[in-house]
Amino acid sequence: MNNVTLLRLAGAALLLAATLPAQDLFDGEWSPLHHEDYNERIPGPDLGDFAGLPINDSARAFAESWDASRLTLQEHQCRVHVSPYIYHGPLHLRIWEEKDPTTQQLIAIKNYISTYEQTRTIWMDGRPHPPDYAVHTFMGFSTGKWEGNILTVYTSHIKQGWARRNGLPESDQATMTEHFLRHGNIMTHVTILSDPVYLSEPLIRTDDFLLDDKQLGGWLWPCEYVEEILMRPKGAVPNYLPGQNKFLYEYADKHKLPHAAVMGGAVNYVSRISKGVGNGED
Amino acid sequence: MYPEYRKVLETAKIESAPAAPSTAAPRSQRNSENTELHILPVQGNVYMLVGAGGNITVQVGSTGVLLVDTGLAQYSDKVIAAIRTLSDKPIHYIINTHVHPDHVGGNETLAKTGGGSAREVTLVNTPGETAAYSVQIIAHQNVFDRMSAAAAGQKPYPESAWPTDTYLGTEKEVYFNGEAVQMFHPPAAHTDGDTIAFFRRSDVVSTGDIFVTNGYPIIDLKNGGSLQGEIDGLNHILDLAIPAHHEEGGTYIIPGHGRLCDEFDVLEYRDMVTIVRDRIQAMIKKGLTLDQVKAARPTLDYDPRYNTPGGFWTADMFVEAAYKSLTPTK
Repeated sequence: MNNVTLLRLAGAALLLAATLPAQDLFDGEWSPLHHEDYNERIPGPDLGDFAGLPINDSARAFAESWDASRLTLQEHQCRVHVSPYIYHGPLHLRIWEEKDPTTQQLIAIKNYISTYEQTRTIWMDGRPHPPDYAVHTFMGFSTGKWEGNILTVYTSHIKQGWARRNGLPESDQATMTEHFLRHGNIMTHVTILSDPVYLSEPLIRTDDFLLDDKQLGGWLWPCEYVEEILMRPKGAVPNYLPGQNKFLYEYADKHKLPHAAVMGGAVNYVSRISKGVGNGED
Repeated sequence: MYPEYRKVLETAKIESAPAAPSTAAPRSQRNSENTELHILPVQGNVYMLVGAGGNITVQVGSTGVLLVDTGLAQYSDKVIAAIRTLSDKPIHYIINTHVHPDHVGGNETLAKTGGGSAREVTLVNTPGETAAYSVQIIAHQNVFDRMSAAAAGQKPYPESAWPTDTYLGTEKEVYFNGEAVQMFHPPAAHTDGDTIAFFRRSDVVSTGDIFVTNGYPIIDLKNGGSLQGEIDGLNHILDLAIPAHHEEGGTYIIPGHGRLCDEFDVLEYRDMVTIVRDRIQAMIKKGLTLDQVKAARPTLDYDPRYNTPGGFWTADMFVEAAYKSLTPTK
């Protein structure tokens, strides 16, 4: 057997490994690792901290007007984090496969997310996405495919939600591409969010999860809305008029940062700010 | 009137239309021939028919067919064909949500041909008497008034397109196909003749143009609309809707234009309109002129989603209508 033949055989083996379906790769229960973006994910983002996100002027205006009291409105109390955001928070995650009982072909990969008790379906049977007049949901409509051992998922039909839960919006026109990768007992989840309404360029985030089949409890998230503010006029929507959000620069002032540095936008990324670019000095 | 209709107006040759207002019913069939209608099952007995101008709500059952709105006149044949894929029974009721031609344009044809030929029925409660059976077109009285009287420079709708059963107050109801259908009239919202239809068993609300997903709400001041009435209408829709789980599903909402929704979608839209009202109201209190208000861009945060520059209903037009609606008349 000459070297060329060996190379060909090795190449064929690699190709075969890369194209073999990675069945059951993510099945199990996973706990999030919060070392990355900890402050945003666990205590929660500060008001007025929009740094690091490629938002546009409209997104910033939306967030400047946003009053956290809006969450006291009954219809907002049980609002779900949309799929591009929900993996970012504290959650328990269960993943399993759904197969056709007759053919054992993979139909879907299911995610149960304990936060807001969301069951997400990633269709693996090649079905098309719904038409544009179909309903949007918090989890959206997802289709997936295996790229070697990487599960790549595309999601459309997502409801309006957060890009960051201090008022930065994500529109209902957003779409998301995800990659699920496994390294031993660690799963890395990459999200690439495209939002033609509120982002000037795609927002890429990663989250890590630890395989944890011994999780106890914590799988439910009951939510019942109640009257939190008595005597509020019917139809009132808490918001700050332009220029009247007194919390807007609290975070920047506390950390002695230039205001422009925390206002987000691709032009204000930290690396550019450190060079004096995009913070009003250029 | 809404962008699809405006598009038709822009591209179609408008001919004299003796049977309809001249600005309301372009007779060219050029666009309708190539337009595909789509049926989306919503919930229970209710379907959403998309592509004929405004969305059409179709309720089918063992008794017959009930429609909310009839789309543009030029799509009527296609609308009937689409309905026939759901039911071969006659159309009994048409509910009109408001007067605009992309919602009432098909009244005449659908009432004539969709209901089957008119026939005489014996009145049980008046022995010996008979009455002609025909499709009932239900609408608020103000819709009748506007359809039957020509606006400046326009022709009235043909009599056979007029509502046959009107109401004056804020509510009306029918029971059809084993389902209670409630109609609510928010005064002076998108127009002064709006009706919101609520299918109680199917748990579906059909809103007309009080709620749309593809643009800012049109405050049709000439036809009696107002910004506050629009907001009240949106709040009424929120009152009717009950989500199934964590603010999702449950009651489904068919907007006048755009995609199928549930309560949360209406909520975000209501928030937007209310916030823009608050801003414009504050500017009016400060004494800002309309041009100054427009320059301040009170819709900046929503423009990439709802503004259609150069389109039929732009952010500037919305702001102008809102400003005029909120400015006290002297």
